[in-house]
Amino acid sequence: MAFFLEVLVGGLLSGVMYSLVAIGFVLIYKSSGVFNFAQGTMLLLAALTFVSMTERQVDFKIAFIITLVMMVVLGIIVERTVMRPLANQSLLSLFMATVGLNYFLEGLAQGVWDSAVHGLELGISNDPIFLIDEFPALGLDIIISQFDIAAAVIAGTMILGLTLFFQYTRTGLSLRAVSDDHMAAMAVGIPLNRIWAIVWAVTGVICLIAGLLWGDRVSVSFTLTAAVLKGLPVILIGGLTSIPGAIVGGLIIGASEKLGEIYLAELFGGQGIEHWWAYTTALIFLMIRPTGIFGEKQIERV
Amino acid sequence: MKTRVMVLASALVAMLGMSSIVSAEETMYVPIPSYRVGPYAAGGTGYFGGILDYYNLLNARGGIGGVKLIWSECETEYSVERGVECYKRLKDREGGAVFFDPLSVGISTALIETGRADKMPIIAVNHGKTAGQRGDIFPYYFMPGINTYDEHSIMVHYIGGLEGGMENLKGKKIAMLFHGSPYGREAIAFMDSMCEKHGCSHEAIEVPHPGNEQQSQWLKIRKSKPDYVLLRGWGVMNPVAMQTAKRMGFPVSRLIGNIWSNSDEDVIPAGGAANGYQAITTHPAGTDFKVVQDIIADVYGAGKGDLQDKSRLGSVYWNLGVLAGVVHTEALRIAQERFGNRALSSSETRWGFENLVLTAERIEELGATGLVPELNLNCMDHVGGHLAKFQQWDANARQWNIVSDWIEGDVELSQSIIDAGAEKYAADNNIEPRPCSADSNDDDFDL
Repeated sequence: MAFFLEVLVGGLLSGVMYSLVAIGFVLIYKSSGVFNFAQGTMLLLAALTFVSMTERQVDFKIAFIITLVMMVVLGIIVERTVMRPLANQSLLSLFMATVGLNYFLEGLAQGVWDSAVHGLELGISNDPIFLIDEFPALGLDIIISQFDIAAAVIAGTMILGLTLFFQYTRTGLSLRAVSDDHMAAMAVGIPLNRIWAIVWAVTGVICLIAGLLWGDRVSVSFTLTAAVLKGLPVILIGGLTSIPGAIVGGLIIGASEKLGEIYLAELFGGQGIEHWWAYTTALIFLMIRPTGIFGEKQIERV
Repeated sequence: MKTRVMVLASALVAMLGMSSIVSAEETMYVPIPSYRVGPYAAGGTGYFGGILDYYNLLNARGGIGGVKLIWSECETEYSVERGVECYKRLKDREGGAVFFDPLSVGISTALIETGRADKMPIIAVNHGKTAGQRGDIFPYYFMPGINTYDEHSIMVHYIGGLEGGMENLKGKKIAMLFHGSPYGREAIAFMDSMCEKHGCSHEAIEVPHPGNEQQSQWLKIRKSKPDYVLLRGWGVMNPVAMQTAKRMGFPVSRLIGNIWSNSDEDVIPAGGAANGYQAITTHPAGTDFKVVQDIIADVYGAGKGDLQDKSRLGSVYWNLGVLAGVVHTEALRIAQERFGNRALSSSETRWGFENLVLTAERIEELGATGLVPELNLNCMDHVGGHLAKFQQWDANARQWNIVSDWIEGDVELSQSIIDAGAEKYAADNNIEPRPCSADSNDDDFDL
């Protein structure tokens, strides 16, 4: 039982990290209906830029601010040069544009900096907490990673901030209007381009935070782009248009892939099932709720 | 006017003459199937960078027997499909390649039969399909250094040493965390046999490619509580293993890395989590070797160095690349001793690899004492080394320290499994093993 709890808690904490990646997808999708294929590469670019500067003795805070500004500017440039010229084109065209953007940024990040593996230490302790030592009254011989707790708190705070921002600010209301209907939003005077620019800029900031946390957790290298693969099943479960959905989806995926790998792998004749088990879980959810748990049902008049 | 025409004509003749000399300059072509981007770029840039730096050093000294090396690169991203495509694209360039070294078990294994058909030596330094050691069945496949079974038996022997003797391995648990690829799986059956022989238990735990998420695997380790974990990783999987071990409370000093988990690029990103980590090695890190100093002075001094980041000079991967460069070019030199100082064909190069002997004296002449191990390949042994040491990472000093003497693999156990695997391969593929004479230097196979 104690081990089951340890796996579950570890999975849930990992899930928060997945939610962080998924939220970037949700924001872009909500505002423009586009699935941003370049999300993982933006995450890599942010983390690689930050770590490369700190390795060159740039102060931590200055490196953070420079990278933050760079990601915001990148978001605005992407809106101006990629999204805006394709406004009112088919969604497939917009999606393909993000595919192109992905490969461009992938080459840019590794070309400007390098393709080596970089260590990143944010100063968060990597030591585990032995619950039996810290809280003997619980009687649970399990360990919880201090880093995972800290990362979950940071991610949770950011998610909460974003939720409040988009729920209670004018920009947030505009975003929700745009996500409901582009044409109707423009008809009532909401500037679509400005909303898109804000959303891409906010996504850049999310990529920076996610990139730093993931970078500390698994080091900064090209494989950070694979973090995106963890975000996809999350949005399949949570729905492409819901921030709370991304959180719940992340927790479900995190827990299910860890429990699946530990307890079900042998049933499938081997190990290493967690990378596809997450997608299997998502598919099962999709069969029950095709729009995800929190996804909006599309009702169209015929 | 007449004089001017004569001078111009003489100059033209001289230029034509020179150009004919230049074009007549013999070269040997080496395809470089590198990976400089993607998840395994740290290993690829170091290894292939070391090879090219050594080639440039030799070219600056006039080449091999007066024949310079030329090359072109093809990006594989460590993908088998791309690697095979690179092979097909490059093998016939510049009059034909002399050998192909992709630094990938997957790619080199996929090319075993193609290499045989094309008479092209496929090189896999310190790795590869282990049964390929049998040159009578795999004549064009070479794994100079140590093979997977050597590597793992040496690791188990090292653990035995840490426990005070091999007899103390009885009842011990050893887990192997392996990369989810042909390379990673290559050691599973051998580790089972090794533990069966010494009374330990073995659990193999797969980490899916690329290995940047390992929490489940380390939870399994925490549940089974092994005494040691062998890390058979590659690329980002290695620092993540050390970081996750730390997060899960597993002592990193009991995490023992294999030959592809032993580099600076594996431990530096893990920061303090890597302190005390031990790994097997066939060659030390560092720049205190004459050949390395020569490369720094003559190649980097001339602005022809391959590494952008010069702090990586002397790193484990780069030094392995220099080692591989020595192995490649010594095979060519030995083949030239037999066939003459001229550009060689790929089958002639094969002869050079099969008869590759690197003695302590020759290594000293090359300025590589302490960097390159002694090798002795022959028809029945396409590995020729079978020895390794151990090193331990000091995170504070940011350096590896050698912590063991040379340790030999369990050749007896390895050979029996290699023989069984190679003979099964021969039977499955209708391959008639060629006879290997006692003195393989007399072997003229397929020339």
